[in-house]
Order: sequence, then structure tokens, then C-alpha cells
Amino acid sequence: MTTYTDTGKKDTRSGFGAGLLEAGKRDSRVVALTADLKGSLKMDAFADAFPERFVQCGIAEANMVGVAAGMAITGKVPFAGSFAEFITGRVYDQIRQEVAYGKTNVKLASSHAGITLGEDGATHQTMEDIALMRALPGMVVINPCDYNQTKAATVAAAAWDGPVYLRFGRPSVPNFTPEDQEFEIGKVYTMNEGRDITIFATGHMVWEALSAAQALEEAGIYAEVLDIATIKPLDEEAVVASVLKTRCAVVAEEHNVCGGLGELLSGVFARRIPVPVEFVNGGDLFGQSGTPAKLMDAYGLDAAHIAEAVRRCLMRK
Amino acid sequence: MANVDTLRATATQVRRDIVRMVFQAQSGHPGGSMSSADFLTALFFSVMDADPARWTRDGKEQDVFILSAGHLTPVYYSLLARKGYFPLEELSSFRRFGSRLQGHPSVRKGLPGITQASGSLGQGLSCAAGIALGKKLDGENKKVYVMCGDGESEEGQIWEAGMFAAHHGLDNLVAMTDWNGQQIDGQVADVAGVGDLEAKWKAFGWNVIVADGHDMKAILDAFDKASKAKGRPTMILFRTDMGHGVDFMAGTHKWHGKAPSEQQCTDALAQLEQTLGDF
Repeated sequence: MTTYTDTGKKDTRSGFGAGLLEAGKRDSRVVALTADLKGSLKMDAFADAFPERFVQCGIAEANMVGVAAGMAITGKVPFAGSFAEFITGRVYDQIRQEVAYGKTNVKLASSHAGITLGEDGATHQTMEDIALMRALPGMVVINPCDYNQTKAATVAAAAWDGPVYLRFGRPSVPNFTPEDQEFEIGKVYTMNEGRDITIFATGHMVWEALSAAQALEEAGIYAEVLDIATIKPLDEEAVVASVLKTRCAVVAEEHNVCGGLGELLSGVFARRIPVPVEFVNGGDLFGQSGTPAKLMDAYGLDAAHIAEAVRRCLMRK
Repeated sequence: MANVDTLRATATQVRRDIVRMVFQAQSGHPGGSMSSADFLTALFFSVMDADPARWTRDGKEQDVFILSAGHLTPVYYSLLARKGYFPLEELSSFRRFGSRLQGHPSVRKGLPGITQASGSLGQGLSCAAGIALGKKLDGENKKVYVMCGDGESEEGQIWEAGMFAAHHGLDNLVAMTDWNGQQIDGQVADVAGVGDLEAKWKAFGWNVIVADGHDMKAILDAFDKASKAKGRPTMILFRTDMGHGVDFMAGTHKWHGKAPSEQQCTDALAQLEQTLGDF
């Protein structure tokens, strides 16, 4: 089992903030917009370093997306940021028209995604965002797993020519991928090699998948763990190659079952290599208030539930 | 600068184009295209600093036009073609499969002159504000012109953009509202009532100009006043009649999105007699 060390818990949104600052240093075209959530999205360092390239839009997300598209038309590389719900569901048509169909180089910075937003409850906990963004032609969907990967993904998003949906979270979680890594959009990251089953995980669930794999190994089950950091475009060959070896799969995501990674990969398996699959996700449910840890447990989104899904899947193999 | 008579003649030809395009496609939006034809003709042929030969989507070092009321493609495409952005003959492909002249503006078909997709109402003003902000960041002094409808002003995002542009002092942004008082379901006053647009835009901190949108001299005067705005964006409210130029189309919402029959097309063209040469 490849060993990963948590170098200290950090929130992935701070990874975004660090990546935004780095991207801003590398490319003077990078600008940042927010709808009254500068602090929540950790944009302070960028705004302090480049005040003229930071645009406060107030609580008006629809306008913000349009302004970002307009700035992109003039050659800027705008990161428009808000909570995941408000930068997807609230402004879906604006994104569809101005960013996706309009082919503007806008980066949608989506914080507090998933149920781990916690205490604010279901109004703010979107678990439908990946499905919405996946459905848009040409939209890149990235859901990195920790602080370091989020920072690197932000820099990569800035360099990518086209619309990007970049999803990250609020709570402090283990930081275990390499510092100052290069992030490759579209690459599936093999976190652990195994022979019995593949656990596909994205976002916060990657650490949970690795924890599950560790426990399973002690029981003699060798799980391969793949980090699907880029959900679209999907490296289908890497997905198929792993399942050709392991012949069954668990898909873990902090997202609604509808239109998420589980359904996406099931489609690949159905076309390419039919195998038993089990899902670990938020079901077809809204969230509720609670601490992130309590909610992860209550909604079945942790290492223990992944290990259970692995055992269920192996029985069907 | 084109003189007033030349602009009037061009506007009449643009109206002929509108009627013929919508007749040939048997779909499209003639009413608002006809009501905005005079001031948009003045904009394209006398006001904007935009050279079709140097057109690029990023609008660098040129004035930019955004059609927020994206259904008004008949007037938009006619003006672009008449100005030389693409061949006049291409107007006959309006709304046909494979055409660069999509029902609503598209940036995906390679049609020169189209800076942004539009059609879902209320969004173009935000995009125009973003372009205006981008130009300011680049130290450019060119302007961004954006065309909205009065019915479109029922969209909340218009007012979000209104606050934004004033707050950021975007004096290189000139918006126009075709205040024709009509929308698909009837008179704006009956459908939702956007009310006193002049008072509203003033309250939002804009430089507001009200002008007769069918009086070429008044139109040019309004654009001239707009060009002198400092520190705040300008909204020109053009008082117009939907369907202006053809008596049976004028003043009614019924021609918002309706194609004429062959006889109606003939009758309309008879009222728009002066031609510079049809496509």
C-alpha cells in the first residue's frame, strides 16, 4: 500500500486562494471576481497583490458571470467565485449562454461544495453541481482532493484555454498529495495499485478511499485507488485499464447520485467492460445542518462506508 | 460621418432587409427590429468607431456592439452585412440549417461582427459591462454599445448590471433601450409594467438621455451627448414604435415575432419604396 501522510489539515478553498495568487503572478491577464465572498473564497491575498485586477460584484451572481464573460472577451482570464450552489444552480443559464455556448475563457470557482459545507444546511449544500456542469458542452469539470492538488489545479485552470468549473470545499481535510505538484487537466491519478477492486474517488472522498484501502489491505483485500480529479474530460482509457485488471468497482463522491461520477463511470463500464459497481454518494437527497464529520457519517460518505461497498461489490464479482 | 439623408435611406433599406429576411425564413422578429432600425443604423454608420476589415472578437482598439435583445437578429444582420462584415447575399440564409446567421447571435459559426452569443434576455448588459471594464484595465478609450429592450428590462439581471456599471464608473459603456412599449404578450405597461425607465435609470446613477428614436437628428444628438459622459455609464432611452415604417406592423405587439405572408411582404416593401439594392 502506498503510504500517504497528512501534512496537516487544510481547507481546499485555501488551496484555491494560494493557486489564484500564483496564477496571478504568472499571468497578468488573470482577474478575480466575487459576489461578496472574497474572504470565504480566500481571495484576499490575490486582491491585496493585484487590487486593480480584483472585481467586487456584490451579491449579484448572474451579473458577475456576465461581467466575467465580457472580461474574457477582452482577453482577461477571469476566475468568478462563489459558493458552489450560487455559481452553478443559481446562474445555470448565464453559464450556459455566456460561458459555455459563448465560448468565453471563464473559470468558475466553486467553494463550499457538497455536504461538508456543514452547519448552514441544505440551502447552501449543493450536491447537484457536477451533474449540471457536466451537461454543458465543452465545460471542463475539476474536483481536486486536497489543498496541494487544488492549488495546482487552479494554476492549471488559468493556463487552460476555455471554460473550467473548479470545485472545492470548506472544511479542513488531510493534505497528502505533493507540495508544488504540476496538475494535468484530464489525467487520472493512480493513488494506490491493487488487484481486487478499483475505488474511483473524487474530491474529499479520495482520502476516505485511501483510508478504506488501508483497512481493507489488513483484511487481505487489495484495492486500487484512482483519483478522478478531472471529471470532464474523462480519461476513459485509464478508467477501463484499471477495471480490466480488477473487474469490479466502487465509485465514491460527495454528490447526488443523479448525474455524478458514479453514473458517469457506469456508462463507461456498460459500453466498454460490464462489471459489478457499487456507489458511495449522497443518494437522491438534500442535506441538513451538522458538522462535516457528522454529515459524512450520516450520509454514508466516509472510509467505513467505502469499505462496506467494497465488500458488497466483491460478493457480486 | 454620414449625413442625415443618407442615414435615413440606409435605415429604409435595412427595414426592407428585415421584412424580406423574416418573410423568407417564415420566422424571426420584425417588430423590434423595425423599431430599433433608425438608431442602430445611426450607430453603425455614423457613431461607432468599428472597421469590419479589422474586426476581431476581442474588440481591441475598436468600439464594440452587443445585442442584449438577441432576438433582433434581422436588424443586426442587415446592419452587419450593409456595413461589410459579410456578403450581403448571405442574408438569404437567415435561420436556415447550417447558416452562420443563426436565429439568435452565435459565436460558433464564424460570422464576423458577432462578439457574444445572446438571446436569453437580460444578460448582454452584464457582458458589455465586463468588456467595458476590460477596456479600462487595458487603458483603452474605446466604447461599448449595448442594445436592450424595454420588455427585457423586466429581467432582474439588467438592474444588477445597472448597479455594477454605475458603481464601477463605466463611462465607456453606452446602453440603449428600445422603448417601444410592446412585448410578446402585449403592451409592456399591461404585462409587467417596467414603469418610468427614465427615473429608474437616473436612480441607478446613470447618465440618462431620452430621445425620439425615429428622428435621425435627435438620435445623432443623443449619441453625441452620450460620448461626453464622465464617470458614469449612459443609458439612451429611445422612444419608438414597434414595427415602425410599415403601417400594419406599427404600434402592436402582434408583430413581435411573426413572419409576413407573401402579400404582406409585398405591401410592406411598397411602403419602404426607396431601395439601395436588395440582397
